[in-house]
Amino acid sequence: MLSEQIINELQAIVGKANVSTEKADRICYSYDATQQSFLPEVVVHPGSAEEISDILKLANRELIPVFPRGAGSGFSGGSLPTKGGIVLCTERLDRILQIDEENLIAVVQPGVVTETFQQAVEKVGLFYPPDPASLKFSTLGGNVAECAGGPRCVKYGVTKDFIIGLEVVTPTGDIITTGGPTMKGVVGYDLTKLLCGSEGTLGVITRIVIKLLPLPEAKKTMLVLFASIDGAAQAVSAIIRDKIIPTTLEFMDGRTLDCVRQATDLDVPTGARAVLIIEVDGDREFLDKQVTRITELIQPLGVVETRVATTPEESEALWQIRRSVSASLRKVNPDKFNEDICVPRSKVPEMIRKVDTIAEKYGIPIVNFGHAGDGNIHVNIMIDKKVPGELHKAEKAIEEVFKGALELGGTMSGEHGVGIAKAAYIPLEITPAAATYMKTIKRALDPNNILNPGKIFLD
Amino acid sequence: MAKLKDLEDYREEIEQCVKCGACRAHCPVFAVEKREGRVARGKVALAHSVLEGDIDLESKVLEDMSQCLLCGSCCAQCPNKVPTEDIVAAARRRIAEQKGLSTFGKGVAAVLGRPKLMNLLAKSGGTLSSLLFKKLPENSGLRLRFPVPYLEQDRTLPPVAAKPFRERVPEIILGDPQQPTVLFFTGCGINYMYPAIGEAFLKALKFLDVTVIIPKDQACCGLPAVSAGAAQTVEKLAEQNLAALSRHPVDHIVTACASCNAGLGKIYAEMGEEFAELSAKTMDIFVFLANHGLPEKLAALPKAETRVKVTYHDPCHLRTQGITREPRQILKALPQVEFVEMPEAGTCCGLGGTYSVYHYETSKKIGARKAANIEASGAQLVATDCPGCIMQLQDSINHADGGQRSVHILELLAEALPDRDLPG
Repeated sequence: MLSEQIINELQAIVGKANVSTEKADRICYSYDATQQSFLPEVVVHPGSAEEISDILKLANRELIPVFPRGAGSGFSGGSLPTKGGIVLCTERLDRILQIDEENLIAVVQPGVVTETFQQAVEKVGLFYPPDPASLKFSTLGGNVAECAGGPRCVKYGVTKDFIIGLEVVTPTGDIITTGGPTMKGVVGYDLTKLLCGSEGTLGVITRIVIKLLPLPEAKKTMLVLFASIDGAAQAVSAIIRDKIIPTTLEFMDGRTLDCVRQATDLDVPTGARAVLIIEVDGDREFLDKQVTRITELIQPLGVVETRVATTPEESEALWQIRRSVSASLRKVNPDKFNEDICVPRSKVPEMIRKVDTIAEKYGIPIVNFGHAGDGNIHVNIMIDKKVPGELHKAEKAIEEVFKGALELGGTMSGEHGVGIAKAAYIPLEITPAAATYMKTIKRALDPNNILNPGKIFLD
Repeated sequence: MAKLKDLEDYREEIEQCVKCGACRAHCPVFAVEKREGRVARGKVALAHSVLEGDIDLESKVLEDMSQCLLCGSCCAQCPNKVPTEDIVAAARRRIAEQKGLSTFGKGVAAVLGRPKLMNLLAKSGGTLSSLLFKKLPENSGLRLRFPVPYLEQDRTLPPVAAKPFRERVPEIILGDPQQPTVLFFTGCGINYMYPAIGEAFLKALKFLDVTVIIPKDQACCGLPAVSAGAAQTVEKLAEQNLAALSRHPVDHIVTACASCNAGLGKIYAEMGEEFAELSAKTMDIFVFLANHGLPEKLAALPKAETRVKVTYHDPCHLRTQGITREPRQILKALPQVEFVEMPEAGTCCGLGGTYSVYHYETSKKIGARKAANIEASGAQLVATDCPGCIMQLQDSINHADGGQRSVHILELLAEALPDRDLPG
C-alpha cells in the first residue's frame, strides 16, 4: 500500500475529493473492455497539466507506476493498472477549449467524449471523421493514445491524420507541446505522430489540437447482400479500382449473418452469405451518381439484394444489422476474442479463407466483420471459456490468425492497439532491431519505467 | 408468498457485463457526476465484488448504489441488456437487510447536519410535512418519497388534496356492457396530490362508455419502496393489492402513472406465479385509449383555432417497457394541441423514486438539463404520463425560471372532450 505521506501529497496536488483509496473506487477503476481487472492502489482525478506534472514527479521520486485512463473502453488493456500504483484519470479534463472556424481547427482537453466533440463541430458546419465504435463514450485522449479508427477511416484516415498538435506531460513530469495550429510544420521530430498510438507509454496527453474538415452536405447508405464472400470482396476491389472511395465500406461474413439471423428478427435473406454496407458522402447531386455507378459495378458479382436509404431513419435501419452483431455473437457463444487485424485491401478474401481454415482446424466458430474498405477485419473467435480446452484452442487460433495476416503483408492490430492483450505476439510482427529502437525511446523518456509500464512490450 | 429476487439471483446477468463502457453515454447521473462508481458498469462491478465477497457493504458501496435513478437508460443501450436497475434495486435490498433501512439513506445524514434546513423545519413546525403526512396512510409510497425532515426548502411540491380522489368517486361506474371492463389503479400521486388527473381519467373512459372499477382498498404499488430497498414493504403491498384487485373480474387494470404501471406489470411479475394474471392485465391508459379508437374519435373533433404548443416527456417506466408511441399518438390527436418533440425526451427527469430526496443537488442538475430541453422545444406545456415526473418537471422548470407548466396528458384530453353525458 502507498504510505499515508504519499496519499497526503497526492491530495495536496489535486485536492482531497480527487484522490481515493477506497476499495470501491479502486474496483471501479480496475478494468476496461478486455474484462481483465487489476486493482490500483489509488485513483486520482487531476484537473490540469500542472497537476499531472506534479503527480508524475512524485511518482518518479517514489517509483510508483502511473496508469493514464480515459473512459476505460479500450480493447487491449492499455489503461489497466497491471502493477497497482496510480490510476490517473482524465475524466475531469472534459472541456472543448476552442473551435476555430477561421482556421478549421479545434483545441480540446483529453477527457472530451468523441461524439460530444463531433456534435459540437457539426453545429458550425465542421467535421471530425474518426468514428470508433465506442465514440459515444470513449474520450479523444484515449482515441489519440490508441490511434483509434472506425468505419469512416476508409475515406478520411484515422485519428492521427487529424491531430496536428499536442500538449503532453512527459513521463518525468515536464510539460511540452508538439506541433501546433498550423497545417504545416517540420521543425524537429514529428513528436505528434510518435505520441499518437503510443498507448500512454510516452506521455500523458493534456491538450489536443485537431484539424477539421467542412461537413459534407449529404450522405447515402446502401446495404448490399451477396451470395458469397468472394462476391462481396470482389465488389470492394471493383469499387476501389474504379477510383471511388466510399465513406465507409463495412462487411459481414456469412457466419456473422447466421448469428444475426439466429439472435434477431432482422430481415436477412437466407441466400445471403455476405453483406456490404456502403456509404458515400459529399454534394447531394454527386451522391446519386456515385450510388448508380457503384450499383452498376457490383451487380454482376452475385448480388442477392440491394437496399438504398435516402433518409437518416432509413440509413439507421440499414445499420441495424451491423449494430446488432456484437450482441448476436454473444448469444451464440458466451466468450469472444475480438481481434482487429489489417491486411492490404486486395487480400481481404484470401485472409477470410485463411480464417475459415483456422476455424475448421480448431473446431471453433470464428466470425468476421469489419472495415473491408481498408482491410481492417474484426476476427471474432467465439468460445465458451467454461468448456475445458477451449481457451487454449482460442489462443492457438489467434496466433495463427496473426501469422496469417502478417504473411499477407498485414498487421496484428489496425486500431485497438497492443496494450497487454497482444504484447506477447509483438515479436511476430516487430523485428528485434525495430523493437530495440522503440524500447530505446521509451527508456530514454521514462528512465524509471513509471508511465504505463508493461504495455506494448512485456517487461 | 410474494418474494423479490435476491442479489445472488442476478449473478448471471451481472456476469453478462462485458465492461464495454457503453452505459457511460446514457446515464443521467454519470453525466453530472463523472465518476465510474456512478455508472452502470461500476455498479455492476461492485455488485459482482459483493457477491464474490471481495468487498463488504462499506459506505462507498452504499453511496454508489444510492446514486442510481433506476431509470433503465443503461440497460436500453447495453449490448447485453444487463438489467442494472434491477441489480441496483437488489443490492439496495441486501444493504437494507444487513445494515437496516435507515443506513441506506445515510446520505440523508448530511441533510440532518445542515442547521439552516433544520431550523426552517423547526420554525415551521413542519407545516408542509405535517400537512402532507396527516393525510398519507402509513404504507403510502409517498412517505418514502418525502421522508420528512429531509425535504429541501426550495422544492416545489403540489398541495395535498383536501379529499383523496378515491374518496370522491364511487367504486363502480357502469358503462356499456359490450365494452371491456377497466379497473383503475390510481396510485398515490393521483389519489393524494393530483385528483384532477383521476377525474380526467374517468372523463376519458366515460367518453368511450367503459365500465370503471376503482377499488377503495387498493394500496400503494410499492415502487418507491423498491427504490429504497424496502423489500418487505414491497412484498406486503403487492399481496395487499393482489387481494384488492383480484376481487373484481375485469379485462384490464389500467394505470395513469408510469411507475405504478411498472410496479404492477413488471416488479410484481417477478415476485411469484400468483401475480401473473394481475401483471398481464396491467395496461397504461394511453395504450388502452389508443387500442380503443380514441385517436380516431379525437381526429373527428374540430381543430382549435389557436393551439398550444406541447412537448412530451417519456417517463422511464414506460420508455423501458417500449411504450413511447401511444402517449404521443393521443397528444398529437388533441384538437387544441400542437405537438413538438423536445431533445432528449427519453432521458430521466431526475426524480428516480427516492433518489431526489437523498441526492437533491444531483437531481436538480439532471432536471436542469431537462428544463433546458423543454425550453429549446419552444413548448408552453410539457405533458407526461406520471405524477412523479410532473412534480419533478415543474420543480426543474421553476428552478430554471422557465415559465412552462407540466401536466398529465389526461388533463389535456379532458379539456378537449365534450362535457356530455353518456350516449344511450
